[in-house]
Formats: sequence, structure tokens, C-alpha cells
Amino acid sequence: MAVDTVRAPVELTAPARRTRSWAGLWFALPFLLIYVVFMIWPILAGLWSSLFNTSLAGGDVEFLGLSNYAEMARDGAVWDSLWNTVWFTILSTPPLVLVGLGMALLAHRARRTGWLLRFSFFMPFLLPVTVVALIWLWIYQSDFGLLNAAVAWFGGDPVAWINDERTAMWAVVICTLWWTVGFNFLLYLAALQGIPRELHEAAAVDGATPAQRLWRITLPLLRRTTGLILVLQLIASLKIFDQVYLLNEGNAGPITRPLIQYVYEQGFTSYRIGYASAISYLLFLIIILVAFAQFKIFPAGRDD
Amino acid sequence: MRTRLPLSLLGVALALLWLVPLAWAIDTSIKPEGETTRVPVTWIPDVFTLDAYRGVFAAGDLPMWLFNSAIVAGGVTVLTLAAASLAAYGFSRLDFPGKNWLFALVLAGIMVPPQALIVPLFHQMQTLGLVDTYWGMILPQLAAPVMVFILKKFFDGIPREYEQAAELDGASRLRMFWSVVLPMSRPVLAAVGVFTFVTAWNNFLWPFIVVSDPDLMTVPVGLGTVQSSYGLRYAEIMASTVIGGLPLVVVYAFLQRHVIRGVGDAGLKG
Repeated sequence: MAVDTVRAPVELTAPARRTRSWAGLWFALPFLLIYVVFMIWPILAGLWSSLFNTSLAGGDVEFLGLSNYAEMARDGAVWDSLWNTVWFTILSTPPLVLVGLGMALLAHRARRTGWLLRFSFFMPFLLPVTVVALIWLWIYQSDFGLLNAAVAWFGGDPVAWINDERTAMWAVVICTLWWTVGFNFLLYLAALQGIPRELHEAAAVDGATPAQRLWRITLPLLRRTTGLILVLQLIASLKIFDQVYLLNEGNAGPITRPLIQYVYEQGFTSYRIGYASAISYLLFLIIILVAFAQFKIFPAGRDD
Repeated sequence: MRTRLPLSLLGVALALLWLVPLAWAIDTSIKPEGETTRVPVTWIPDVFTLDAYRGVFAAGDLPMWLFNSAIVAGGVTVLTLAAASLAAYGFSRLDFPGKNWLFALVLAGIMVPPQALIVPLFHQMQTLGLVDTYWGMILPQLAAPVMVFILKKFFDGIPREYEQAAELDGASRLRMFWSVVLPMSRPVLAAVGVFTFVTAWNNFLWPFIVVSDPDLMTVPVGLGTVQSSYGLRYAEIMASTVIGGLPLVVVYAFLQRHVIRGVGDAGLKG
């Protein structure tokens, strides 16, 4: 009896120790299957088919070696659309980060109006991109749109916001800012709420003005968050397609056409899977490089 | 203290400015078609009418798209929670051959941009016969390695003593997962669930590529076709955007705190 009471706990806790068995694999298996079939396999299949002249329309498949990549290097449309993607990223990232920060600072200090600010800044992020594009198409509409009504009110001439190459990219940037800045706002707001109140109180007791507290306490403490938002934003902007495609009702033309749209056109309009895959890998490579740069610049976020 | 009032006004002004596009869409949707194209524009309609909404519902597509969106987003959310939390538990608690290697493979996937995979993925869907099906829309969205990462991190923080206590009662691994670990993980499950649902509900690119049958379209894809089908009937176009955008906005208005936490927590790591 006495022996049993001594031995029992040991025996019972034994399986709780880490014993190697296949059980864990069963837990992971459903996810791993989906992951391999719908992510790993397409990555490899895409790489493979970029070496062939595979067509969505079927037909004979011929090995091309690297000639899809060579064609890509010569194809001006690839570099034009890559430039549009990069130019969009350059134009949109600063306002998306700074306006998000400003909104968070305003909403964080707001008392009675806090609910209104949080609602209105974040709400557009919850709208499907098609809803966003249709609303902005209507606002940008050159004859009856709200924006040209405002321009006319100030005595200006109507502008064809989306079709004029001087304004087309800005139209995309403003629409995107309205739609997605709420996400950055939210991340900044969470970071602000994590700053201990005592820091501000102590500084206020020492006679620091609100402006000094903003520059000396709040902003330095937001540096990590800013780094994170910057990288997330760069990656998101490089993947732009939806709103450009929808704002231009499918025929963006070369003015704003981003790289993904060119991939889409090559793959689904010209049925050239091999060539479209080759172009995809260009974007893939750029995004992976940005993500790696993140690890270099902001080493391992241990406490995230 | 002197800066308090001007900054409050600035905040409210910016908030109102941010509401203008949506307010303008609603405003347009309650006008008769004739008034929507009047110059100069009117904010207060001469005639208030719900004709545009009647027109949209009479056309009948939107309720079907909402239904499809609910199926797809609901399916993606439930199945992601199930598959990712099971996998996260396996990686967090159990030791199995190849585990470290497999987990590294999952982590690497966090950086993969799904947009760059549309072409090979579509080709694969053709092979599997999943083009123009609900499963064709749902399955690729389940490959979300970041959710496994978030959940594993949370599970790692739960002390093992709770499971050992359950083990003394003779509970199996699955039982410990289901009745001990999952109930303690409600906040992170809610965060992952909210984020997954919002992302899936609003996903445009993939459903747009894999579905061309109008009966299977989700709200974002279906609405993309109204511009051409309604032509220049702006009141009806705006009425359909209001209905299409409404569900998540209403949920947000009532559950602001939960939505903010969900999108923030999961999004920050994603």
C-alpha cells in the first residue's frame, strides 16, 4: 500500500514528460496537409512551370529553361508595372504611417469623443475593397462627383481624377489612405495604451509641457511600433492590386497598373501560366527581401 | 490644459471628415436617381426615397452574395481555428519526429505573399476540380501559418500543471486540449477568430479568381459587377455598397472593443 502511494504519481505523470511519439503529428496533420497542398505545393509548382511555356488553355508543354526570366528582363511592361507598385509604395507609406500616428494621438487623449474617433477612423478598414472602390469612383466622378463639386466651389475646373495621369496615382493613394489607415491607427493606439501613465504624470510634475512630453516620452517609446508598422505597411503596399483594378474597372492601362495586375493579365487573359509565374517570383523575391530587412533592422521582437 | 480644446476639435473634425465618404454614399442611396446627378450637389435630398434599396433587393443578387460571404467567411474562420489550434497544440506540447523542421517550415510561410501565388494556385484548383466551388474559395485561405504561430505562443505560456492535473484524472491528450487548454485560450481564440473573419469576409482577389459563377460570388466579388450592370444608376450602386458594407460596420459599432483587440492582437503578429 505504502509502495503504491509512492509510485503512483511517478507513473501517472510519466506521459506528461516529453516523450517522443507520433501523437503530436496527428495534431499537426490537418493543418500541415492544407499548408502543403495550398501553399508549399503552389510555390514549387509555380517555380517549375516558370521554366515551361505552360498555358491555362492547355496544349503541348515545352521546356524553356530560363527564357521566361530572360523575356521578363526585356519586357518593358514588367518594369513599368513594378515601378507603379514601387511608386505607389513610396507615395502611400508616409501618409499611412503619419496619419495613423496622428489619429492615435488624438483618439488616445479624447475623452467623451473617444468612441466617435475610434469608430470613424477604423470603420473604413472593415469595408470590402469593392465597396470602398465604388464609393470613391462616385466621389471622383468627373461630372457629378463630390470632389469636383468641392473643386468648383473653390472656383476650380473639374478634374478627371482617375483618368488624368497627373492625378491617377494620387486618387489611388487617397482612397487607400482612407480605407486602410485605420489598421495603423489601431496598432499605434494599442502601443499608446501600453505606455505607463506614471511616466507622463512624473514628467508633468517636473514641469514638462504637453509638447515636451510628446517629443521626449511618447514618440521615443513608439519607435519599435513604428518600425513594425513601417514593415507591415511596405509589404502591404507592395502587394497592391484590388483597389487599382476596381477603380479602373479592370482596364487600368499603363498609368497605374501594378505588378500583380500584370501577373493577373498574363495568367488569366493571355493564359501564360509559365510567364506569369516567373513575374510572380520577382515580387515574391522583393517581399522576402523586405521581410528579411526587418529582421536585420529590428532584431528579434522577443516581447511581441 | 490650454491645448485640450483645440486638439479635441481637431480630433472631431478629422473624425467627421473620415465619415464623409460613407455619409455621401448613404446620402446618395436615399435620393431618387434624377437627383443624384444634379449640379450643384445637394446634401439634403429634396425627395427622400428608398427606391434604390427596393431596386437592389428586387434584382436579388445581394442577399445571395451575403449568404455566400457568410458561408465562406464562417467556414474559413471555424476551420482555421480548428486546424491552427490543433497544430499549435501539437507543436507546443508534444514531441514528434521532424517537429522542429516542420515548425520551421510553418514559420517560413509567414513571409509568403499569397498574392504572388494566384497563378499556380489557380492551375492547381483546376487539377483538383475546385474551380467555382465553395471549397475552392475556402481551402487556400486556411493555409495561414501566422495563426499557428500566434496560438502556439499563447499555448506555450499556459502552465503545464493544469494538464498534469487532468492527466491524473485519466484525460487523453485530445481531452486535455479540448477541456483544459482551449477554455483558457478564449482571448487569443477570439482575436484570431475576429481577424480571420474580417480578412475572409473582405477578401477580394482569391474569390474573384477562383469563382466566375454569379451564384457563388461573395459580396466583394459580386459588387464588382454592379458598376457595369447598374450602369449610371448611382443611387442603386450606393445602396448596394451600403448593404454590402453594413454587416461588419454594425458589428463593429456594437462590439468595438472586441473587434479592436482581435484585429490588433492578431494583425500585429501577422
